[in-house]
Formats: sequence, C-alpha cells, structure tokens
Amino acid sequence: MTSAHTTPTGAPKRGPRELIFELGAPESSCVLAPEMDVPEIDLSAALGGAIRSAAPALAQVTELEIMRHYAHLAEMNFGVDSGFYPLGSCTMKYNPRINEDAARLEGFAGLHPYQPVDTIQGALQLMVELSESLAEVSGLPGVTLQPAAGAHGELTALMCFRAAHTAAGDPRKKVIIPNTAHGTNPATVTMCGYETVTIPSDERGLVDLEALKAALDEDVAAFMLTNPNTLGLFDPQILEITAAVHSVGAYAYCDGANLNAVMGKTRPGDQGFDALHINLHKTFSTPHGGGGPGSGPVCVTADLARFLPGPLPVRAEEGFSLESPEESIGRVRSFYGNFGVLVRAYAYVKALGGEGLREVSEQAVLSANYMRVRLNDVFDVPFDRTCMHEFVMSGARQKREGGVRTLDMAKRLLDYGFHPPTVYFPLLVEEALMIEPTETEPLSALDAFIGAMRAIAEEAASDADVVKGAPYTTPVKRLDEARAARETILRYRPEQ
Amino acid sequence: MAHPNDRKYSNEHEWVLVDGDVATIGITSFAQDQLGEVVYVDLPDAGDTITAGDTFGEIESVKSVSELFAPVTGEILEVNDGLADTPETVNKDPHDAGWMIKVKLDDASEYDGLMSAEEYDDFVTQG
Amino acid sequence: MRYIPITCEQREAMLRAVGVEQVDDLFADVPEAARLNRPLDIEPGMSEIELAGHLRRLSAENTPATWLVSFAGAGIYDHYIPSVVDHVLRKPEFFTAYTPYQPEVSQGTLQAIFEYQTMICELTGMEVANASMYDGATAFVEAALMACRVTKRGRVLVAGSVHPEWIETLDTYAESGMLEVDVIDFDGGRLAAVDVAAALDDTVAAVLIASPNFIGVLEDVEGIIAAAHEAGALAVVAANPILLGVMTPPGEMGADIVVGEGQPLGNAMSLGGPDLGFFACREKNVRQMPGRVVGQTVDTDGERAFVLTLSTREQHIRREKATSNICSNHALNALAAAVYLSAVGSEGLAGIARACVAKAHYLRDQLIATGKFSAVWDEAFGYEFALAYDGDAMDLHHDLLEKGFLAGVVLETAEDGPDLMLFAVTEKRTRAEIDAFVKEVQAL
Repeated sequence: MTSAHTTPTGAPKRGPRELIFELGAPESSCVLAPEMDVPEIDLSAALGGAIRSAAPALAQVTELEIMRHYAHLAEMNFGVDSGFYPLGSCTMKYNPRINEDAARLEGFAGLHPYQPVDTIQGALQLMVELSESLAEVSGLPGVTLQPAAGAHGELTALMCFRAAHTAAGDPRKKVIIPNTAHGTNPATVTMCGYETVTIPSDERGLVDLEALKAALDEDVAAFMLTNPNTLGLFDPQILEITAAVHSVGAYAYCDGANLNAVMGKTRPGDQGFDALHINLHKTFSTPHGGGGPGSGPVCVTADLARFLPGPLPVRAEEGFSLESPEESIGRVRSFYGNFGVLVRAYAYVKALGGEGLREVSEQAVLSANYMRVRLNDVFDVPFDRTCMHEFVMSGARQKREGGVRTLDMAKRLLDYGFHPPTVYFPLLVEEALMIEPTETEPLSALDAFIGAMRAIAEEAASDADVVKGAPYTTPVKRLDEARAARETILRYRPEQ
Repeated sequence: MAHPNDRKYSNEHEWVLVDGDVATIGITSFAQDQLGEVVYVDLPDAGDTITAGDTFGEIESVKSVSELFAPVTGEILEVNDGLADTPETVNKDPHDAGWMIKVKLDDASEYDGLMSAEEYDDFVTQG
Repeated sequence: MRYIPITCEQREAMLRAVGVEQVDDLFADVPEAARLNRPLDIEPGMSEIELAGHLRRLSAENTPATWLVSFAGAGIYDHYIPSVVDHVLRKPEFFTAYTPYQPEVSQGTLQAIFEYQTMICELTGMEVANASMYDGATAFVEAALMACRVTKRGRVLVAGSVHPEWIETLDTYAESGMLEVDVIDFDGGRLAAVDVAAALDDTVAAVLIASPNFIGVLEDVEGIIAAAHEAGALAVVAANPILLGVMTPPGEMGADIVVGEGQPLGNAMSLGGPDLGFFACREKNVRQMPGRVVGQTVDTDGERAFVLTLSTREQHIRREKATSNICSNHALNALAAAVYLSAVGSEGLAGIARACVAKAHYLRDQLIATGKFSAVWDEAFGYEFALAYDGDAMDLHHDLLEKGFLAGVVLETAEDGPDLMLFAVTEKRTRAEIDAFVKEVQAL
C-alpha cells in the first residue's frame, strides 16, 4: 500500500499533521492589540492583584500559517459539499449559500442583545415571521425560538408539560418512550426529573398500542414519539396513540427530527401532538457546523403557549416587541436563541415558500423509497414497506455469511467516496444501516451510492477481508478508540 | 471458551470463587468477549456492602456501559485497584488477574444456588 | 424546485421504480383526518435576487451596535474579530460537516476541537475541557448539575452577582427537582466570602460565582473557593476569556469547574447567539463531565489521530443515565474561538485585555469627572463597570443613541434616586470615540 517509490521525500502528505501549537515560532504573531491611546495603567492594581504569573501557552503563528493549518484540517474533513452524506435522522441536505451571506449581514451579525427594541425591529420581524411559519408547518400555534438544539428543545417542552401538570395540581412522575427513541429522549426525561418507561415496538416496527395503553396511567406526564419514527415509518395509528395519551391527561410530544418527511402533507398538531421541537439544522437547511450550532425551536398548542420560555418576539401595536408569557417556565438559556441560525432558516423558508416546502418533503420521501427498492434485494430490510424520508436496512445477512459487520461496510463506503449512513441505530435492528438521502441529492448521486452498496455487498461475499480492512484511502486509518478511552489524552502538552 | 470448574457462575455473567468465607468476584470470559475492549471499570470501595441481585459497579467498553450485578451478599474486603490503570486486564485474564472484588460471604447458600461451569456453558450457548 | 435537482422525467422513473403512480401514494400511512388537504399558508418562494434584496432591507431595519460607538456589554462584547476567523469558518468542509462520528473523515473537526480544548485548559488553568456547550448560561447550569453528581449533594449556592439571565436559567432547570438553588445576596458590588461561608453546610454541592460578575466587579475568588472547599462543596467559577489573557486562571486558585461565555473569542454578537459556553474541570471528575470531548489516539498505522471519546457518559449510550441530554456542541463557534486565539496569540490576547482594562478605567474616570455620574462602590473591575446616573438613564440612553452612541445597558431605574448604568469598553473603542462620548454626556 505504500507510495514511497512515487512520492518524493518531503512532499506534503494528506493525513495526520502537526498541531497548531507545533507550528510557528515564539515571536510569531498575527493580529496584535491596537496602540494604547489612553493613559497606561497599573494592570495589577486595576485587577486587584490577580495577575497571572505565566502567559497561556497559545499558538504563536502568522496569518499564512493559520490559513494553511486550517486548509489542511479542512482537507481531512468530509462535509455535504464533499459528497453524498446519507446519514439517517440527520437530514444532511445542502446548505444554501445565500443563508450564509444573510447571517453575516452586519445588520444581523452586529446586533447586541441589549440594544433598544426600536433598533432591532428587523430582527424581531424576522423572528416573528419565522415563528409564524413554523407554527403553520407544525399546526401548533405557540412557538419559542430560544432552545439552542433539538435536545434543548425536548427539555424545554417537557418543562412546559411539567409546568402545566403542576398548575393542574400534580407534576406527575413518568414519561413513556418507545424502544426506537433517540438517546436524547430518555436523557431529557431524566434531566427534567421524570422517570423513563420504555415500551416495545410491534412487529411492524410501530408503536405497540396495547403496550402503550397498558403503560398509561395518571402518573404519566407525557409520551414522546418520533413520527415518522426512527425506522422511517409513519405510524398510521397516530390518532389513536395521541387520543390514548390524552385520555389519561398526559401530553403527546413529537420529536421533530424527522419533520423533513411531512411538510405540507400532515402536521404534528393535526396528528394530536401537544408539542414538537424542530431541528432547524435538519429540516430548514442550516448547516451542522461539525456538531453545532443548531437550533431547536419548540411549537406547542395554544393551551401550552402560556408556559413557553420568554421573552418571545411578538407583534406589537406598532412594530414588534419582546414579551414573556404569563406563566412562563423562565429562560432556558441567555438572550433569544441562536439568532444567526434563525436568519438562515428564515432565508430558507422565504426561498421555498409553502409550496416549496411541500415539494421538499415529497422528494425526500420519493428518494428514500427509490433507494430502498434498489437495495432491498441485497440487504435485509426488516420493516420493508413504504417508508418516509429514510429507511433502515440490516447488515445481518452480510455478518452471517461473510463475517462482515455493518461497521466494516460503513468504513468501506469511505473508500468509495461516500459518507456512511447512520449505523447501529435504532437499537432494535441488528447491524442497522439507516439511510436518509434528502431531497437535494441528484439522481446520479443516489444511483452511485446504490452501486457502491451493491459492490460492497459483493465484496463482503467474495473477499470479506477487503471490507474488514477498510478504509484504505482516508487521511487516517481505523483508530484505536479503546486506547483513547483508556489513556484519555484530552489536551496537548509539549512533551507528548 | 473455558470457564473453570473451581468456581460458580451467575446468570448476569459473574464468576464467584470461594475460599473459606471469602468470595472473589469477576466477570466471565464469555462476558468480556461480548463487551469487547474494556476501557473502564467502576468499582465500589472496600468496606461497602453488596447485596445479591443489586448492582455494585459498571464496566465500560468504547461504546457500551454494563452494570455489574452482585451474585452474593457481603462486605467488600478488597477491590482490585489495578483495573483503574489497566482495565484491559479484564479482557486478557478475566478469571484470574481480572478479578474485581473480594467479599466476606454473608450467606453461603447464595453461592450454592449459582450455576456450575457446565451449567453456565449451557446457559450461554442457549443464549 | 429550489435546491431540488431531480427532473420531472427522473421523478416519473423513480415513481415507476418504487411501483406507485403518484407521490401521494407514498403518504398512504397518514390517516385521512391528519392530512393537510390545503397548501401551507406561507408566501410563495422568492427568487434569489428578490431574496437577497429582501434580506438586505430587513437587516437594514436594524441599527446594529457595530454601526454605533458601543459601550454595551452585560455578557456579549463588541471585540474585534480578525479577518482570518471568518475565512476559516467559511470552509465548507468545516461548516457542512456533521458531528465527527466517522473519525477517518473528520480529523479536521476533531483536531480543531482538540486544539480548542487545549486552549481552554491553558486559559482557565484547568486540566480538561469539553468540546463546548450552547452558551455561558447553559454551561453554568451544567456545572451545577455536575457538582451535584460529583458530591452526591442536591443544593447549590449561586452568587446574586451572577448574570441575572444565568440565574434565571438555573432556576428554570431547578424546577425539575434535579437540584435546589439558593441565591447569596451581596452588597457593595461583590460577594463577601464570610457570607458565603455562613450560607454553606454539608448539603451544598457547589458555590457558583462569576468573576468579573454581572456588574463588572472582580470577586474574592480565592476566599470564596476556600470557603466552598471547607464545606466539602465544589467551586464553580465563570470567567471572561479575554481577561484570562492577563488574570490569574481560576484553576490556579483551586476552582473545580470553570465555565464562561466564549463569544468574546472571535464570535459575532449576532443578537446573543449562536455563541459558545466553555467548560473545564479537573481530570479526576472527567467521567461526570457533560458534553462531548475529543481525545488523542493512534490509527492502525500508528499515526497520531483524534476521536470523540468517553462517549459512555453521553445520551446515545447511557440514555436515561447520561451526564446530560446534550447531543451537540457549538463546534463552529469553538472553531472561531480557536482561530481567534491562534490569531492573537498569548501576547496579543494580553495586549487586548490590557487595552480593554485601560480604556474602561479611562472612560469611568471621565464619566465621573462630568459630575453626572457617581461611583456606587469602589472595587476592582475588568473592562466593565456600573455607575449611578443622576437623572433619567432611559432618556440619556435614548439621546445618546440619536448621536450615534450605544450608551451601555441601563440596569435599574428609580423614581426617587439615581439610575444604574453598565458600561463595557473593548479594545475597539478609541480615545477619540470615548472623548466624543463623554463630551456628548457633558453637553446633554
């Protein structure tokens, strides 16, 4: 595998490279403080003597070194712009560039959160209109844009439920989730002081309605459901489910991770849900940023709106203002939300309009079904029926026949130039591969990925070791993750 | 998968080796194989008491956490502190150097109720 | 068809492949009563040229602080952002990537975060830092929750001098019953360590303070940490990252957890978000730390490489027993912070901190010299300070806005007494701007 004969000594290589602390020289610098134009002061005296004895060991580099360093790091990354990224449940759609430009307009990026309200009318209008659009898409009229992420939105909604139950006399004790739930759901339940009750799925991969009914009692505060669920299936019993939840006075919560499947087709509010979080970084095209920032607005029924975290941007008699709901649970973070992300989502809604949003969901669902039927002969699809915007295959056959695991196939996909699907989730499918193409991928990309998956299935049958040894073409090879967890080197030290 | 005959086994995949009234406890070779590379073991302190059926610690691989269930009841006399630095010992030598705790047995009948090596082998092969 | 590349012809072929006649057939699982049988009531989409104009006009309805001479702070600061920062952030390989779960093709994000974690450790004097959190307020709450896990106690004491929005956020989380929050009152600009000691007992998991505090004053950090430790509680200190360029790191003073709002490090104010919360703690408590973290390891060729590690703390594995429900970080904001810190270096950071402190002290002296402002306390401060204004602060603020100045933040107004105003001065303000501002104050 070595390229020693063809690569001249000293040629720059892709792959592991120096840390920024290992570059530059002690006297190198890039941007310095301005000349002092006010009288110098005795810094130690001014700061009450709390002066550090040694400077922090930051990088000492020039501007070119910074740009090269991050250019090399960027080369080692894979983004939506690099290629097809069918990561299930993550909705890795294209991030429109006008959204990026919009968030950087100085009239938005330069706003201080405590400016007088009459100097931020454009920002408030944007937030109000975005809230109204989200309310229309969700069928739930109360909206807060404050939560910083999906998990943060889940917590906000559960806090509203707790407040509403408490106002009715009893905060209740338990929250029910299906065994297909994202890990954030039970973690959020705990963080909100509730106990998690997990119910099984039925043989169709849907909510086991009888199990749900059996678990429901007056101690249940809420039922959390992702619909379409994490298998990519829309639960046709949804109206019975939400009615059963309501029958014991509990609230129905929709994890909106999969909203990209249903915009303009069906609304969580019309399905009987009382609250929903929306991942703007999934459905509304804002970038994932390598892990964030996202934004997780929460939409609730008119009844629950009085508990939302404040302040909320609202229409005033003249223009727009900020207002806290009467029985607000209080803030869930500082200021008003991830405003820069809201600007991007707003631009997206404005670009598409209501009709465009419906087309998004229709194409996302069609593309997923197209991939499903083109792959379900070589891979097991445990719940093989019409799916929504994503579907879950199993690598069980490949594991059984050639000892190739889903993880191996995921790594092999990297060699074919694709980002792998979500793997080993949901837990209920053995060797799961969860594929979400999104509507922004051309047919040629879908076909190329299908071709790669079929080729890997063949490799798994004929030459399993090739797949097990993958990847071969990436900047680094498979990592020793056990060593990382045992040694826990979490920061650079010069002697390392 | 050799599970030695000198000790007994629980259905939560712990082994118990008794010497007098002192029981040494660890996880089985089968269990460590299922877990994969062990990266961390969280154990109680000497002097604590464990109760049969309750959890007494946790064992972590890179991407999983499993609870350790006490197969017997008693006071902890000694903890294998070496696992803090070299948790991989649980993978390399689960039945000997990878032991976890030593307990002063409260009730010998709890030990008697555990599975023999043969019974445990049947238990894991039947899934 | 915006952003959708599938042609009509291709769509027909795809429908045939799936075996349905029309797209609606794919939605057959949606019960009739839950279907939306009308178009969404959202205005038709705009062309890009219309949209660009619309966004530009909407943004111009605002008067951003950056168009003004701004002295507003209170958690978000108008620091200079070096050009390189945004040029790095605009690299699509960074901003269009997901969480680095596939380390073989995510070394860019992973290494950048590892470097960020190192920088936060250096600034705070702590042993480990996570990959960042949503903002200062949520990092602060997570610190309180972590302290409860570490000490197995359920009550925290929070300084009343902390940013009121942070305390409010802490209170919101406390409603869940996960922890109990008591506020320690203060008098004269900052907390007295004796008051902290008096409020402590063996039920307290942590004392949480901010230094500088909300009104800019530096707290008796060492005294309060000592009091907390005396009672077996952890000390959580929120710090300003710019000032950490010159000030004693809380880690050196014995803090157990150091958090803060990272916006000053190369992040746009953007109406207060997105920014980042930094979070650092002691290595011995790392398994109770919330949030994701990057660690160093090697690949099968033995090359140094980086990977998300200690994942068993997190929600996707430990589910209801996770250390937090957080499932993201503010990676791009953390990247901005790392690029910023590399651009300024330790010398530049110290120079920026020094300039901010000197300019703030200069403005304070000049405002007091006008005779319209008076000091309410005389404690050491960084680059933000509060003064009493002998008049209607809202009117003053409004009048100065007309002249192009954002006159800080009005903290309190009183019918029968002086109002309280909070001013922050960053390195961006020039002496000429400060003098012009003081002149306007004098003239009004």
